[in-house]
Amino acid sequence: MNSDLFSNPAPVPARSNVPELSVSELSGSIQRSLEESFGRVRVRGEIAGMKLAASGHLYADLKDENASISIICWRSTMQRLKIRPEEGLEVICTGKITTYPKSSRYQLIVDSIELAGAGALLKMLEDRKKKLAAEGLFDPARKIPLPYLPRVIGVVTSPTGAVIRDILHRLDDRFPRHVLVWPVLVQGEGAAEQIAGAIRGFDALPASGKVPRPDLLIVARGGGSLEDLMAFNEEAVVRAAADCSIPLISAVGHETDTTLIDYAADVRAPTPTAAAEMAVPVRAELLAAVMEQTRRLFTGMTRLIDHRRERVQGMAARLGDPQRLLATKTQSLDHALHRLDTAFATNIRERETRVVRLGAALRHPRSLIERESQRLQDRVDRLKNTAPRLISDKAQALRSLRRMLESLSFERVLDRGYVVVRDPADDRPLGESGQIASGQAVSLQFKGNQRRRALID
Amino acid sequence: MAKAQAAIETLNFESALAELEVIVRDLETGKTSLEESISAYERGVALRNHCEQKLREAQAKIEKITVNADGSVSVKPFAEQE
Repeated sequence: MNSDLFSNPAPVPARSNVPELSVSELSGSIQRSLEESFGRVRVRGEIAGMKLAASGHLYADLKDENASISIICWRSTMQRLKIRPEEGLEVICTGKITTYPKSSRYQLIVDSIELAGAGALLKMLEDRKKKLAAEGLFDPARKIPLPYLPRVIGVVTSPTGAVIRDILHRLDDRFPRHVLVWPVLVQGEGAAEQIAGAIRGFDALPASGKVPRPDLLIVARGGGSLEDLMAFNEEAVVRAAADCSIPLISAVGHETDTTLIDYAADVRAPTPTAAAEMAVPVRAELLAAVMEQTRRLFTGMTRLIDHRRERVQGMAARLGDPQRLLATKTQSLDHALHRLDTAFATNIRERETRVVRLGAALRHPRSLIERESQRLQDRVDRLKNTAPRLISDKAQALRSLRRMLESLSFERVLDRGYVVVRDPADDRPLGESGQIASGQAVSLQFKGNQRRRALID
Repeated sequence: MAKAQAAIETLNFESALAELEVIVRDLETGKTSLEESISAYERGVALRNHCEQKLREAQAKIEKITVNADGSVSVKPFAEQE
């Protein structure tokens, strides 16, 4: 480029052994020597004194402990760089050595810059992460929970390749959804800007516009080298993800790869497939869950009603059957009534018995009269029967006695010739001779009561 | 009931399922009154129908965003082999 200015050096007139050269000639010669001697070089050093010119070209120094070399990165090259040069970054620059004749400087025109080893890159990322974290971009408070079942899923990724295919297939397996793919470059020049633009583009969609606004975003890229994934470490992308009001899942590279967007994302998925799994539940499982809930709903309700029915029945049982309660009472009453009846009957019977007994004892006067009449009649009869016999008996006895008396009578003795001497005064028998004084008259009784008087000498 | 149905229509799947789970738990613990249980059960059935309706809506539709010259975006069917 600059060398074009010196491509036609003027002839040099010889004045001494040492040829005389114009400044331009010398500069051009040096330039050629340098360019031919070194050609393309790879130089490792630390970026210092970085200046991004208004033209878009980058001017900086590449230095180590003892030396420093100017480097220039043209604007067109800058856009292709895998990494964004930063102050203090240890890099390996590939480019051509050339000179800047106007100020006697040599410089390295950079074609590409790579980080000098993973450690350096990680340090850069770590520094950037700290800076963004300090701004609060990774705060847990900023995280938005993912919708359980998004209606529209926005995917920011390359429209070609395995990543979008994996995501779509996995979504289809789990729960087919409306997917909007925002195609972007995922590495190289302009990738970061496109990714950030897609995130902000989705976020800017109106809620009820022609293009449905996603309720979930997936920002995805397949696996690659640290440098391949660098777009997802860019501040623009990280900020877009952090600012996004739609829940965002980052799925960049493989499980072991972590990019800064992962910290700003609401959820980090280890792989694009995993992002699809996080994005939607499994429809079949949800159907099963709804069925299970339905079953439990039914069972619960049935059990609840059964439980209450049991309680009602239990209480009813404890309440007792009024019939039975009544029956018991009725039985008691019956028993009491029976006893009452029995007692009454017994009582009556006892009284009846007593009345009967007493009644029996109480004779009717007629019967009494009858009885007494009977007795009287009996007596009369007996008397009637007895009297004649008694009279005859007595008469018989009397006759016997009379005969006995007659036989014993003194008259019988008189019949046999004896005399009874009697006192004529009183007719008193005189049995003793002493009772008769001499010269006394006595009455003599003879047989057949013939009387005669006689004087005793 | 009509009011509750209308409210269910606005629920997303997760909320509907979560509410269904709450209703199921309440019914299973049996702490609610019989009247509450019956209305809860009715709501549970409505939630179930809503959930199933949401699950029936599973239809894949893949579109690609195109940014127009004026910066507006539009969509067209996504074809994988681009």
